[in-house]
Amino acid sequence: MSDELAAELPEVVQGWIGKERYHEEGEFPVERGYIWTTCSSVENGNPIFWNDEVAEEITGGPIAMPTMISLWFRPHLWAPGRTKQAQPLQVHFDLKETLELPEAIMSDNTIVFGEPVRPGDLLKTCQVLHSVSEIKTTKLGTGRFWDIEVRYANQKDEFVGAEHYTGFGYRRSE
Amino acid sequence: MSEKITQLTIDQVEEGSPIPSLSYDVTATTVVLGALASRDFRPMHHDRDFAQIRNGVQDIFLNTPNQAAWFERYLTDWTGPKGRLGRIKFRMKDSVYPGETMTFTGKVDQISTDEAGCAWVDLSVNLAVGERAVTDCTARIAVPRDADDNPWQRKSDRWKP
Repeated sequence: MSDELAAELPEVVQGWIGKERYHEEGEFPVERGYIWTTCSSVENGNPIFWNDEVAEEITGGPIAMPTMISLWFRPHLWAPGRTKQAQPLQVHFDLKETLELPEAIMSDNTIVFGEPVRPGDLLKTCQVLHSVSEIKTTKLGTGRFWDIEVRYANQKDEFVGAEHYTGFGYRRSE
Repeated sequence: MSEKITQLTIDQVEEGSPIPSLSYDVTATTVVLGALASRDFRPMHHDRDFAQIRNGVQDIFLNTPNQAAWFERYLTDWTGPKGRLGRIKFRMKDSVYPGETMTFTGKVDQISTDEAGCAWVDLSVNLAVGERAVTDCTARIAVPRDADDNPWQRKSDRWKP
């Protein structure tokens, strides 16, 4: 890692801006076990998740909690043949590595919800880097802010959601 | 439907009004269950030594996706099951740790109807621990216009979150 942060954004990072990258399918279909476990973790008794009759009448059958959208793309911690731990938001980790910023936080998170996600759906995703800031210094350290969008669609190519993250990658202040 | 369901309709919502608060005593189990339910295996959400030594914080803390699930639960507890979340934005300023009581409070900022006829409520929601503000959130949720309306039946051009 170089001592000084380069003021100019590397060409490779400039090339990522505005491009859809990491087109992926989920590692497993949407399943009810996670839906119930997530509802349980926040004591969400909404009957559309627990009562099939209610779900049929209101949502046309069982659905997942909308805020679970990113869960379906968090990779298994281990999988056969995998030699390196997979990361759920690879663009973020690419930026940390390329810009030599070992620490990072996410500050803002916006989620927009489209078609409901249903058990059995196999979702698709891609990631878009929208912007990277100039070098900034905050109380955490010196680094750059970036905006990343993660787009989600179902197997029918219907929009099911999008997440926008603002991250700050930095080196700790001495 | 055999289950008795309470459902809010838009005529019962008033701009500027607070919505009922929710308080919850957080334990280590809350944090670990929330992290694993959301498939977040990062150690700061289950390993106190890592959280303290690497992150420099007092303990393991509630992860982001689980906070989002808490916000959703808080909002749909208020609307009833036909309430359909369109958009949620949150900014984390601090963390929630085991042993703390977190409290959600919310206020109706705006009521509107879009060109497709969907009734929307925009709210400000705050998550705090005592006097300490943890997360600020804004949310947009569709609420039925009347007993016959159901936002979940809206698709494509009729759903504009």
